[in-house]
Amino acid sequence: MLKYIMKRILMLLPVLIGVSFIVFFIVNLAPGDPARIIAGVETDEETVERIREDLGFNKTVVERYGIYMWKALQGDLGTSYYSNKTVIEAFMERIPNTLLLGFWSVVFGLIISMPVGIISAIKQYSIFDNLGMVLALTGISIPSFWLGILAILLFSLKLQLLPSGGNEFWYSVILPSITNGTQMMALMTRMTRSSMLEVIRQDYIMTARAKGLDEKTVVLKHALRNALIPVVTTAGNFLIMMIGSAVVTETIFSWPGVGRLIVESISKRDLNMVVGCVILITFIISIINLVIDLIYVLIDPKIRSSYGIMKG
Amino acid sequence: MHRSNSEIILDMKNLVVDYETDDGIVHAVNGMNIKLNRKQSLGIVGETGAGKTTTALSILRLIPDPPGVIKNGEIFLEGEDILLYPEAKMRKLRGSYVSMIFQDPMTSLNPVLTVGEQISEVIRVHRKADSEDVIRKAKEMLEVVGIKSDRYNDFPYQFSGGMKQRIVIAMALACYPKLLIADEPTTALDVTIQAQILEVMKDLKEKFDTSLILITHDLGVVAEICDIVSVVYAGSIIEHGTLRDIFKSTKHPYTEGLFNSLPNINARAEFLKPIPGSMPDPTQVYTGCAFYERCKYAVDKCNAVKPPKIWLNDTHYVVCHKYDDIELTQKEVENNGM
Repeated sequence: MLKYIMKRILMLLPVLIGVSFIVFFIVNLAPGDPARIIAGVETDEETVERIREDLGFNKTVVERYGIYMWKALQGDLGTSYYSNKTVIEAFMERIPNTLLLGFWSVVFGLIISMPVGIISAIKQYSIFDNLGMVLALTGISIPSFWLGILAILLFSLKLQLLPSGGNEFWYSVILPSITNGTQMMALMTRMTRSSMLEVIRQDYIMTARAKGLDEKTVVLKHALRNALIPVVTTAGNFLIMMIGSAVVTETIFSWPGVGRLIVESISKRDLNMVVGCVILITFIISIINLVIDLIYVLIDPKIRSSYGIMKG
Repeated sequence: MHRSNSEIILDMKNLVVDYETDDGIVHAVNGMNIKLNRKQSLGIVGETGAGKTTTALSILRLIPDPPGVIKNGEIFLEGEDILLYPEAKMRKLRGSYVSMIFQDPMTSLNPVLTVGEQISEVIRVHRKADSEDVIRKAKEMLEVVGIKSDRYNDFPYQFSGGMKQRIVIAMALACYPKLLIADEPTTALDVTIQAQILEVMKDLKEKFDTSLILITHDLGVVAEICDIVSVVYAGSIIEHGTLRDIFKSTKHPYTEGLFNSLPNINARAEFLKPIPGSMPDPTQVYTGCAFYERCKYAVDKCNAVKPPKIWLNDTHYVVCHKYDDIELTQKEVENNGM
């Protein structure tokens, strides 16, 4: 087991190098001169040239990547062009907010999708099932930026129940997580339903019924755990997608997370910040992925045995 | 629950089960009659789709509904009609009074629960016992079917097919049911394992005084373990008798066909003699005999009039026009489906 975890962590290295390579080149080849933007339009060419040299832009992209990676391997991802904060400092300041938003989005998604999916499967083709599936389809089809704007219009402007942005209050997280989690909730509902439908037709469910178990035990003990195996994998992927889609949601709700930090940095051509944040996000996502795989192992005994922690 | 101490364990009268699908009504069981005494073993023999499994599931009231509906009939277990039971009362019977073994041991155990838990569970539901007693009892059941009790915490995928079927048997017998229904318990297994499993079932049936309904398409298995045999075609019994009646004085053309389609080393022919054609469309309703189209003795009457049930002796009856002319004094004529 430990060996497996170590192996997975080692595999992170090539992933991080690959991601940094791609991001670094895309960002550096994008149009727009960072030095000019920092200096402002009015400044004379001489000053701009000096800033360019300070930032190392007089070297070729390949050279700069080499220097960047050399420093990065020593734990230095550079400093923002605008504030004196290092990239790591700025990232650490923002990441808890992004993770918080991601967490509550997934919680929101699961709280709704699990029961709706399970009941829809058990009462297939009932009114509840049809209604649930219509809602799921709607949820999948609505883009989150539109849903977010509608939510602000209704809950913040019209009803004045919830703040339209920021993170001052504990309930500030409600609208962003619903916005962020709706698509995943809808997809998970359908996943849970179809997975449950498949499991409920298995022979061992008939065996469980033939033992005289009540329907609650049959569903929750015998069916759900089997149905959860594919659902957990997807749920994990969703948590990762959540962090990606946070870029949109955080911008709509002025949520001070990493997504918004990246968007701000892109518009200011704060290249160090963009590249650094993407690398760090990649790292965090890989760790989440690893944790999901470990949870998967806990649910499915067949996988468990292949890591040799079967007995006991 | 108090029950009369009658000799008759199961009395199924004129059971009719339909599956109401979008493509039409499938008449799976058409007037099935079963009478089973204490400790007796009944073999139900027939082709795939003859309604054997549906009949078995009706006894547990586990026909998937929708689309399955019990249209008619009564099922008495020791004198009480279980079709009138509320679901909660029915649940108490399942696994304790009537147990069932399913065809494929590979899929009939839950892959994410330990085998020990799956046996313990049925004991816990039906018997009042603390958890230590339950576990001890479950381990005892494992030993009874020939599996070491230290494998209690193992998962199904760690066992072979034959061992899995033993575990299923242990599960089914854990509460000493009076009636055990085995639905093709050996079909999915290797021949050598088949013999072992049959041996286990035979022993345990004696040990626990259990009556047995064995569903199979294998006449060899029937000969091994059964006292009486019902041959089923298109959802109803077409010949019934003791093992001797059926094997030594086969009457119905279909039963005859079943025996002829067995490979025989003594009369090794160039070709086997299978029954021509296949099972009739179960959505159709017959005015005459359902076997008419495949029967080599068929006459016009067979297509027009439902054949009567003709008793050949106290234990043996056949449902066929071929025996209409047997002297009236010897037979007791009932209309099939009454």
